Amino acid sequence: MSVVVNNNVDNHDEHVHHHKETFITKWIFSQDHKMIAKQYFITGVFVMGIVGVLMSLLFRIQLAWPEESFYVFDLFLGDRWAPDGVMDPNIYLALVTIHGTIMVFFVLTAGLSGTFSNLLIPLQIGARDMASGFLNMVAFWLFFLSSAIMLASLFVEAGPAAAGWTIYPPLSALPQTQPGSGLGMTLWLVSMAFFIASSLLGSLNYIVTVLNLRTKGMTFFRLPLTIWAFFITAIIGVISFPVLLSAALLLIMDRSFGTSFFLSDIFVQGEVLHYQGGSPVLFEHLFWFLGHPEVYIVLLPALGITSEIIATNARKPIFGYRAMVASILAIAFLSTIVWGHHMFITGMNPFLGSVFTFTTLLIAIPSAVKAFNYIATLWKGNLQLNPAMLFSIGLVSTFITGGLTGIILGDSALDINVHDTYFVVAHFHLVMGISALYGLFAGVYHWFPRLYGRMMNKSLGYIHFWITAIGAYGIFFPMHFVGMAGLPRRYYTNTAFPYFDDLADINVLITVFALITGLAQLFFLFNFFHSMYYGKKSEQNPWKSNTLEWTAPVEHIHGNWPGKIPQVFRWAYDYSKPGKKEDFVPQSVPISKGENITEH
Amino acid sequence: MTIILSIITVVLLSISVWQIVKIFEVSNLGKKRDDSQIATHKDNDLHGKLMFAFLVFIYLVTIFSFVSYTKVLLPEAASEHGGTYDRLFFISFALIMFVQIITQALLHYFSYKYRGLKDTKASFITHDNKLEFIWTIIPAIVLFGLILYGMTTWSQIMNFEEDEEALVIELYAQQWNWKARYAGEDNVLGDANVRFLNDYDGRNTVGIDSSDPNGLDDVVVTQEFHLPVDRKVIFKFRSQDVLHSAYMPHFRAQMNCVPGMITQFSFTPTITTADMRMNADVVDKVNRINKIRYENSQELIAKGEESLEPYQFDYLLLCAKICGSSHYNMQMKIIVESKKDFEKWINQQQTFSEIIQ
Repeated sequence: MSVVVNNNVDNHDEHVHHHKETFITKWIFSQDHKMIAKQYFITGVFVMGIVGVLMSLLFRIQLAWPEESFYVFDLFLGDRWAPDGVMDPNIYLALVTIHGTIMVFFVLTAGLSGTFSNLLIPLQIGARDMASGFLNMVAFWLFFLSSAIMLASLFVEAGPAAAGWTIYPPLSALPQTQPGSGLGMTLWLVSMAFFIASSLLGSLNYIVTVLNLRTKGMTFFRLPLTIWAFFITAIIGVISFPVLLSAALLLIMDRSFGTSFFLSDIFVQGEVLHYQGGSPVLFEHLFWFLGHPEVYIVLLPALGITSEIIATNARKPIFGYRAMVASILAIAFLSTIVWGHHMFITGMNPFLGSVFTFTTLLIAIPSAVKAFNYIATLWKGNLQLNPAMLFSIGLVSTFITGGLTGIILGDSALDINVHDTYFVVAHFHLVMGISALYGLFAGVYHWFPRLYGRMMNKSLGYIHFWITAIGAYGIFFPMHFVGMAGLPRRYYTNTAFPYFDDLADINVLITVFALITGLAQLFFLFNFFHSMYYGKKSEQNPWKSNTLEWTAPVEHIHGNWPGKIPQVFRWAYDYSKPGKKEDFVPQSVPISKGENITEH
Repeated sequence: MTIILSIITVVLLSISVWQIVKIFEVSNLGKKRDDSQIATHKDNDLHGKLMFAFLVFIYLVTIFSFVSYTKVLLPEAASEHGGTYDRLFFISFALIMFVQIITQALLHYFSYKYRGLKDTKASFITHDNKLEFIWTIIPAIVLFGLILYGMTTWSQIMNFEEDEEALVIELYAQQWNWKARYAGEDNVLGDANVRFLNDYDGRNTVGIDSSDPNGLDDVVVTQEFHLPVDRKVIFKFRSQDVLHSAYMPHFRAQMNCVPGMITQFSFTPTITTADMRMNADVVDKVNRINKIRYENSQELIAKGEESLEPYQFDYLLLCAKICGSSHYNMQMKIIVESKKDFEKWINQQQTFSEIIQ
């Protein structure tokens, strides 16, 4: 693959009118980054996302009104998994597992990163397309294949994978231990192998594109924070995803070829199995070596999007640009050496627990810097409270609330009694689930004009935000107390323990909020598809933003800019600069005579 | 029925919100309306105020949760290290609540205060190294304090000494129940492995190696296990099939059970079951639970089913690691009692040699 260094602004221009696009090359096997972004969004968010959210509503209903009969269970799960409308414990675990897998990987990794990295990297750095349009297309189709396999696994006879999204062996390795560990788990592993391949191809492409295809004048310290976030995210992905692939391959070996990487001394159903000498703890290490960076793979793009949207809508430079970049780098670095905090009580040497406590709590420092910088950006701004801006502020709020409880969970001593309880569930849903989803919504409201050339309806956006914001706190704030009361997670019901009977009220409250919040997403769904066809046609730069994507024409063209690629003369955050008539100065506007170059 | 009703309510509510939006849109049709879909000064004003209201909402949720849910939390710790644990938890929690209250206030207040009401320019502030330094160094100092405190507590809890006085107990996990093995007179657990599980027609329930003399006096119990108060207990954990996690929330204790490996944890129980049942928080909790159980029983009786038994407090051992379909019902009762009662109870149990005879 030859990499074209884009120092010469004029190259590629020939490109623009060359391609005669057929239906298939335009809509299906497209190599255009904008189309691929849309494909990621539709597959990741509208197909997988809806399945993932629906699953959570089903098991929330079960948790609030355990072992009661519901028509919805019968409707979605059928007689096989909900005889007489009562949910089966095995399918409960499967729902929890697939909900986690889909939301973490398919929605928040592929749906979020895949969409916005693809859409924004070429447009914001001033490139005609990704470094390799072909690999980009292959990455999407591998993701599509992976999604299809994951969805297919829902329909196998013994049920889909049900060992939790962390698929710890031996539970995931031995079909004798639960029905979901048969064909369902095989499909899960195959699906994830394709997913990882897709993610690696995508990430390599993003890295190469950012390194090589920046337009003239676009130095690293003029990059918008979105690009920094996507770039670093891609690097973390390339470092950590292969380790998950190796773990998955070893697990496949253990499952199908009789090796003992993760298994030893096992007795199931009256039979001693032959496995000797392996350790499940090894799997946990391999899994979390990806699993923890994965949290940041999910979160950093959302934070990048937020940085951009908050600065644009505050009409004010992002506060502490270099500190923001430094904190992204610090978080990325630390994220690879903290995985052990998921394993404090796995029987790992207690000394390692101390080491991981140390590195984990260090992450709070760059995270705090980011939060304070966001707040400082709002200070003395002229806030344009568009739906995208509301979601961005909402992100900062849930990021703080969820992040703070991380200080408790990251402390090995305190982890002992809240490990694997609902306290953890509440923590990570707020800090990475809800926050990243807010980032995703913010991104869609903000860049919808770039995606479809139309505006989304703001009233619906406002309603969507406020119901979701209230719902998110209504669901997850009380959930901390369920955890602190000592209730472990992944329990089909807590009625087996009379000790937890007084949690019934909280569980009902949480479920009611979950149902309302889940339904509120219909506003978004409707708004998205309605605006796609009937939305108001967008201006070229509706939010008066500085970044390069708004200098491209509203109609998508292959190669992004009809003429020359714009040249960059300044950073992306010259908002409300003194001495300028407008309150924004696009990056492509040359420095005028006597103008101070912004020190940042 | 209530469930269906509440779902219908939710659906209707959303439909009504939907209709209101529609009415908004239709009523705006006649006027020359702004349909740019970009926030106007009016939008900024409204949503800035709502941001402030949202801050109040967050505070209210917080207050509501603390007022109504503090009572469901675990009672005072029943182990020696539990007190230290609770103190560290309280300090960390107080600290994060303080930061939470301040930062949320700033975030939402600024969102309200600086809502765009005019076409004025924002202040052009790019960075401030002094501020940046302050909010890097203060969290760093606080966190270092917490790290040190946490690490000392952690090593106190985890690095226990194998002293001879301590009672050695193995907790043995399988899908989906627990067994406890006492080390017997010699206080040494006999060797064990899953390969011995099928010996003696399945009577060797935790796979003790009968050729190891240390194992002959071992005692295996199911359903409940007893601990003498104020004596250090060293737990060894094993699992025969998948990962489990032995979670004893009242003692602030948890450790995974890993097949092929022995893990360990130690604590000293300090409050007997009888005393804990008299604890004011526990009495209150048990009363509430029994009230709920009574109400549920009334419903059951009306349906012609059996009523629920009244609940009495007991310490619990639960499984906290997903382990298959009955993960939610993997329980064992823990009885903490005086040394005398404990000796009496343990002497009534059969030893391994008696079982295999």
